[in-house]
Amino acid sequence: MSDAETVAGILDIAAAVLLVVAALLTLAAAIGLWRFPDPLSRLHAATKPQILGLILVVVAIALSARSATVLLLLVPVVALQLLTAPISAHMVGRAGYRNGDFDPSTLEVDELAADVDSAPGGELPGGAWEDEAAP
Amino acid sequence: MTGITVSSRGGRGARVRVSLRQKLPLLAALVLLWMMLWGSITPLTIVTGVVVALVVTTTFYLPPVQLSGRFNPFWFAVFVLRVLVEMAIASFQVALLAVGPRGRHRGALIKVDLHTRSDFILTGTALAVSLVPGSVVVEVDRASTVLYVHTLGVRSPEEVEKARHHVLSLERDLLRAWGSREEWEAVRA
Repeated sequence: MSDAETVAGILDIAAAVLLVVAALLTLAAAIGLWRFPDPLSRLHAATKPQILGLILVVVAIALSARSATVLLLLVPVVALQLLTAPISAHMVGRAGYRNGDFDPSTLEVDELAADVDSAPGGELPGGAWEDEAAP
Repeated sequence: MTGITVSSRGGRGARVRVSLRQKLPLLAALVLLWMMLWGSITPLTIVTGVVVALVVTTTFYLPPVQLSGRFNPFWFAVFVLRVLVEMAIASFQVALLAVGPRGRHRGALIKVDLHTRSDFILTGTALAVSLVPGSVVVEVDRASTVLYVHTLGVRSPEEVEKARHHVLSLERDLLRAWGSREEWEAVRA
């Protein structure tokens, strides 16, 4: 077996291992989605382990494809995921909290509730609802 | 880039004029992304990329981002590396929490009063906090730069303080790389 073949074999095995780890992380996310008690904590399972999972899948693809064109396509995949995942998590969490769609008994402390109560007219500190509707 | 929702602080409705020079980094990034998606650098992709970038930035208007004017690439690399390492560790912690015993599924909503007054640092810190599994920004008070962070697996007052200090230390690391000189000097001590 030539040296090039050995290196290719090692890279393929590394890619396979990364794919398995990524799949396990995604499985854990699915289990968390099912087992966590309320939307706020389910959100963690729904948004987070996949970011690392996706990065591992992308690295695995890069390792097995070994081409510059593919690598150029994969970089924006990760970059856009890193930029957008926190935003969607924030939007869902914010809407969930505002709708009271969470179980206060699972919280050790809730330091947002006190600030909501003390805000004039019971507005949330991030801005009132009509604030959002303004053009 | 400020997808984290915040209420506007004055000047709402009035479009701020953005000079071409201020728009240049965003335009360059969009053209680069366009060429990456096509997987080729030819005169045609460059020209169409510039056209698409101009159309996108004028159609989907974003207020200009105010940078501090100071940037330290070394400390920024340290910050990125730290977030990546924490992301990897915390991913497995959340995964274990998901399959672990039910009694541990507790969290806390923690108020973190950031030191910075800059929208850019606020957004960067919120992004970093949200990327690390186990914490998500639920609410932002832009005027007083306060983040309300929901943290998973917090069961005692000591762990609440630990989570709060963690967010503040992320802000500190970002300020070291990208904050204005005054703000970095203020948190340095």
